[in-house]
Amino acid sequence: MLSIKNLNVSAEGKTILNGLNLEVNKGEIHAIMGPNGSGKSTLAHVLSGRSGYQVESGSASYNGLDLLDMLPEIRAREGIFLAFQYPIEIPGVNNTSFLKKALNEIRKHRGEEELDAIDFLQLIKKQMQLVEMKEDLLRRPVNQGFSGGEKKRNEILQMAVLDPKLAILDETDSGLDIDALRIVAGGVNKLRSKDNAFVVITHYQRLLDYIVPDFVHVLSDGKIIKSGTKELALELEDRGYDWLTNEPETVA
Amino acid sequence: MKKEKGTMALEEKEKKTRSDEQKALQKIADQDYKYGFVTDIEMEDFPKGLNEEIVRMISAKKMEPEFMTEWRLKAFRHWLKMSEPKWPHLTYPEVNFNDLYYYAAPKKKDGPKSLDEVDPELLATFEKLGVPLEERELLAGVAVDAVIDSVSVATTFKGKLNEMGIIFCPISEAIKDHPELVQKYLGTVVPYTDNFYATLNSAVFSDGSFVYIPPGVRCPMELSSYFRINASKTGQFERTLIIADKDSYVSYLEGCTAPMRDENQLHAAVVELIALDDAEIKYSTVQNWYAGNKEGVGGIYNFVTKRGICAGKNSKISWTQVETGSAITWKYPSCILKGDHSVGEFYSVALTNNYQQADTGTKMIHLGNDTRSLIVSKGISAGKSNNAYRGLVKISKKAENARNYSQCDSLLIGDQCGAHTYPYLEVENPSAQVEHEATTSKVSEDQIFYLNQRGISTEDAVGMIVSGYAREVFQQLPMEFAVEAQALMSVSLEGSVG
Repeated sequence: MLSIKNLNVSAEGKTILNGLNLEVNKGEIHAIMGPNGSGKSTLAHVLSGRSGYQVESGSASYNGLDLLDMLPEIRAREGIFLAFQYPIEIPGVNNTSFLKKALNEIRKHRGEEELDAIDFLQLIKKQMQLVEMKEDLLRRPVNQGFSGGEKKRNEILQMAVLDPKLAILDETDSGLDIDALRIVAGGVNKLRSKDNAFVVITHYQRLLDYIVPDFVHVLSDGKIIKSGTKELALELEDRGYDWLTNEPETVA
Repeated sequence: MKKEKGTMALEEKEKKTRSDEQKALQKIADQDYKYGFVTDIEMEDFPKGLNEEIVRMISAKKMEPEFMTEWRLKAFRHWLKMSEPKWPHLTYPEVNFNDLYYYAAPKKKDGPKSLDEVDPELLATFEKLGVPLEERELLAGVAVDAVIDSVSVATTFKGKLNEMGIIFCPISEAIKDHPELVQKYLGTVVPYTDNFYATLNSAVFSDGSFVYIPPGVRCPMELSSYFRINASKTGQFERTLIIADKDSYVSYLEGCTAPMRDENQLHAAVVELIALDDAEIKYSTVQNWYAGNKEGVGGIYNFVTKRGICAGKNSKISWTQVETGSAITWKYPSCILKGDHSVGEFYSVALTNNYQQADTGTKMIHLGNDTRSLIVSKGISAGKSNNAYRGLVKISKKAENARNYSQCDSLLIGDQCGAHTYPYLEVENPSAQVEHEATTSKVSEDQIFYLNQRGISTEDAVGMIVSGYAREVFQQLPMEFAVEAQALMSVSLEGSVG
């Protein structure tokens, strides 16, 4: 589904991703861990098409398409979803109409009929149960006045409604208490299927207790220095990153 | 006085989004003005230019009573002594007032008695404008008093309104049929000496709407009027007079579109509102006149005087305006709060793009005790446009316990536009409470990217953000207008608001 080959990316003249390789197949969950400044969020931004980064070399293909050549909204319509680390407030724009517009853009792109207000409302009410969100958040402006936890749930709700093929969760666990974490993770688990894939970026092993990954990768200085299974995350929890970064380079 | 100018850090990382955004804006801006067509109807023109003879001819043509002719002449003589105001934050070449036509009306043998008798070309024009003149307007609950150029050609639902004692007709008709009302109220809020454009209007006004709501009557439908400038080089001077008698209510909608012209067209309207004891008038405007092309050539000069007086106790006047068109807008819908406990409101969205210039705002004049006023102004600037809010809150010496709250926000799109805020405060009574808040913001790249990432194009994203920003004002519009206004924002940001 996603194939990243020898990706080099810089921002403001500084190299951030430095020869990154990653293969993600349908049905898989990949966790990306690593110390601060290792390039985790940059990876999420480059995959979703945020501006401000220069791709120096390498490639990223997504379902056979040249991902790096596509506008962010086209990537989104092709099924790439980014759950933001810091969801953005859009004052005055109703949360429900925003999400309806987003879904219908994606449906149009797929050649499907747009949903009318009634069908959409049924869908969103059903998906809201996944994240145990209060209904009044639907009537409020996008993310405005939401608590940190509500914003993150709103991201997962959007994911549930938009039904992406590849979802990238950028530190979705940061700032969540344990109950919210369980709810968010529960939502992700209900959405995972053999047809979609997740890239879960996190600092902490804690999230991976709830979202069990098939693969865990350690990112350091812009490249993956170690890959393994969920046991690797436990080992990182115990030993930190130092034993990896101080070692001579391991083949990823 | 506060002055802000749009600047945007030229950081490398911002450049791409910025160029995407500008491309999107450019694309919208590149769309031709949708309503730029010319209706081919025979026009009945007067000679060009302005003098006493022309003023008399206009009055005679309309078969006006003598008081009206005299009033026009007094205004004209006064106008000769006046000069164009230079204080607004606007630049434009001088208008040659002797190079304009002051009267033009669709030619007709007899007045149309029903829609069947209306020129099909004219009906087609309304069709293109989306003016619902057929039965669907009944379903929508809107009575339309349609003005092409200077004369009202169709007035609907008059019968139904008549039964309730409501008068809703062209002002030219009111002058003939209800001279006592016109004579009593015309010029009482905006006197013929008021200002250069209002005085000119008083001398040469062609037509407009007249509304009278009798005591205790709540007008059952939104009254609506679509103005349209048509004949080439025809200055248009509407005059609207709305009187809400004691304990009555009326909501009036004004919508404007004009066909594309190469030369600047002058528009100088006057609107007067009078609310007696316990009466309420709600006046909403959506203005979408031709703004000129992307290089700033052509477009309407819109110099409007709108003022209402809350003459009676507990009366209320509420102005709502969405201004997206015109090359130049000079407009300050105001309230004189004379009655005790009266309330004045002003809700405004003014959007400028390309080379458009707007200097708009309001005046709230507190004369009575316990009077309240609210000002919500949302300016949006894009392209190379200039957008100024100018507002006066005046609390007179005798007005005890007056209160005002003003909120003036500016939103900038791109780095070449300007937003300016000129709030004036004159408080002569120490019991007054006056609050003013102002913000300036930009459409942020983070917001655009967030919406992009959900599948929404940059063009639509900017539109959404801007509509959200202006929502407080849109909510004040009657339903059918709110939808149109949002569409217009997109059409205009079609050029600035997606």
